[in-house]
Amino acid sequence: METTAKRKFNVREIREDFPALRQLIYGKSLIYFDNGATSQKPQFVLDAINKYYSKDNANIHRGVHLLSQRATTEYEDARKTIAQYINAKTSDEVIFTKGTTDAINLVAFSFGELLTAGDEIVISAMEHHSNIVPWQMLCERKGLTLRVIPINKHGEIIQEEYEKILSKKTKLVAITQISNTLGTINPVKEMIAKAHAVGAKFLVDGAQSIQHMQIDVRDLDCDFFVFSGHKVFGPTGIGVLYGKEALLDKMPPYQGGGDMIQKVTFDRTTYNELPYKFEAGTPHIAGAICLGKAFEYLNQFDLEAIKAYENELLDYAQDLLLTFEDMILVGDSKKKTSVVSFNVEGVHPFDMGTLLDKQGIAVRTGHHCTQPLMDFFKIPGTVRASFAFYNTKEEIDVFIAAVERSINMLK
Amino acid sequence: MTLDERQKEIIDDFAIYDDWMDKYEYIIELGKDLPQIAADKKTNDRLIEGCQSKVWLDFAYEDGKMKYSADSDAIITKGIIGLLIRVLNDASPEEIVKSEMYFIDEIGLREHLSPTRSNGLLSMVKRMKMTALQALSKA
Ligand SMILES: Cc1ncc(COP(=O)(O)O)c(C=O)c1O
Repeated sequence: METTAKRKFNVREIREDFPALRQLIYGKSLIYFDNGATSQKPQFVLDAINKYYSKDNANIHRGVHLLSQRATTEYEDARKTIAQYINAKTSDEVIFTKGTTDAINLVAFSFGELLTAGDEIVISAMEHHSNIVPWQMLCERKGLTLRVIPINKHGEIIQEEYEKILSKKTKLVAITQISNTLGTINPVKEMIAKAHAVGAKFLVDGAQSIQHMQIDVRDLDCDFFVFSGHKVFGPTGIGVLYGKEALLDKMPPYQGGGDMIQKVTFDRTTYNELPYKFEAGTPHIAGAICLGKAFEYLNQFDLEAIKAYENELLDYAQDLLLTFEDMILVGDSKKKTSVVSFNVEGVHPFDMGTLLDKQGIAVRTGHHCTQPLMDFFKIPGTVRASFAFYNTKEEIDVFIAAVERSINMLK
Repeated sequence: MTLDERQKEIIDDFAIYDDWMDKYEYIIELGKDLPQIAADKKTNDRLIEGCQSKVWLDFAYEDGKMKYSADSDAIITKGIIGLLIRVLNDASPEEIVKSEMYFIDEIGLREHLSPTRSNGLLSMVKRMKMTALQALSKA
């Protein structure tokens, strides 16, 4: 796909790229507002999946035959595309994983092997369970301490508290760049500098941010950056761990011991150990290639234009929601992406979600895998609408009418 | 009325509506009429697992019949347990243990519930049968 001249942002045309959006749900046009959970896939990516399995399917890095070479080239090209997209120094710093969760577990295990009892890991109160539980398991395994930075009522990390928690004992800070539940954009760049000042490494959970903003891992100066392909218009089952080369080199492998390590030992220089050291077994070849295609797809657009449009959707939706009596927006930071989490007093989020579904609108309800965050706000959950660049104000109008109808039925 | 007759009645009620929003309206109204469990009985041992919302179920066994009361923090869930209670209230434990809640499928409710809610529904049916067994073993 040509990437030099950027494609003009036109939401009607963009919608045409996403076949899943063209369907009826209970006889009504689907309105897909669950992009925080996963994004729909453009035809460009779907075609690539089809092409891979119909033409190029072979195992990689192992065959002398043409198909295997073709698959290997495409797999490695995808790695390059992604490395460029996030501005990694080399593509060896891009490791394919199953997703965000898998990447965090990899770091928790392998980086965790370098830590000793008494060391501290720091997270925040708004983390997704997958950026909590792996650290709890690591702490248990190694006798480390997990420290949690509190948040304020707007759903923002309290920076003064963060500074207080940081110490020489801090070895790793793991923070989400964007809260999946609240949409808050955390100032990770500043937080990274503070962590480095005490000698700690920093992992950015980019599961949400990868879809919404330009990521430059070198500008951020993060030590690790992790994300899932399915949230950025790519397939499920594939994701990325970016890590600084020198750091990844120091870390022991995570899985599979056998194959890859032997091969590495016999055939490769130390430099060549990466990224294969962390990719034991046959990887998700089709997934990786098609994730590369998802980034090629995104590359046609000016991300700033997308961001501006998504912010417009957010403001539009929030303003309309706030016209309802007893509407509570959960998380009202000034710096947010297009996620709106809300509750209506006296209405259970589960009921609201059920009635919205019956009206053709897909939102998410519940704790969004952030139970500690729900405990902080003392609520059982929220209704969350999360918009992508293929959503429209007309859809928001339908959504608002559906919310109104639901409130009238439920109260 | 036999349990079959009660289920038939619900199936007939639902047949009137074509639109699922109307069916939900009906379920919600039912939720509002549910025999309320006493506040001090909303304890963890009466809480049913498997729901995104909380459900408490209490029962009494009187004159050979089961008497249910329940509550939930979600009104649709309340309506759904209200449907179950409408079928099983005042039935004998034996009848309840033997019963098949086929009306759920007949009215198409199961396929219209999210998997979480559907699991919750199954947990409610199971719990009601367990209470019937409990009553029998004490009798
Ligand atoms: C902030 C955040 N972190 C981690 C994850 C986990 O991603 P996955 O389930 O794709 O591994 C998610 C997904 O919901 C997320 O939103």
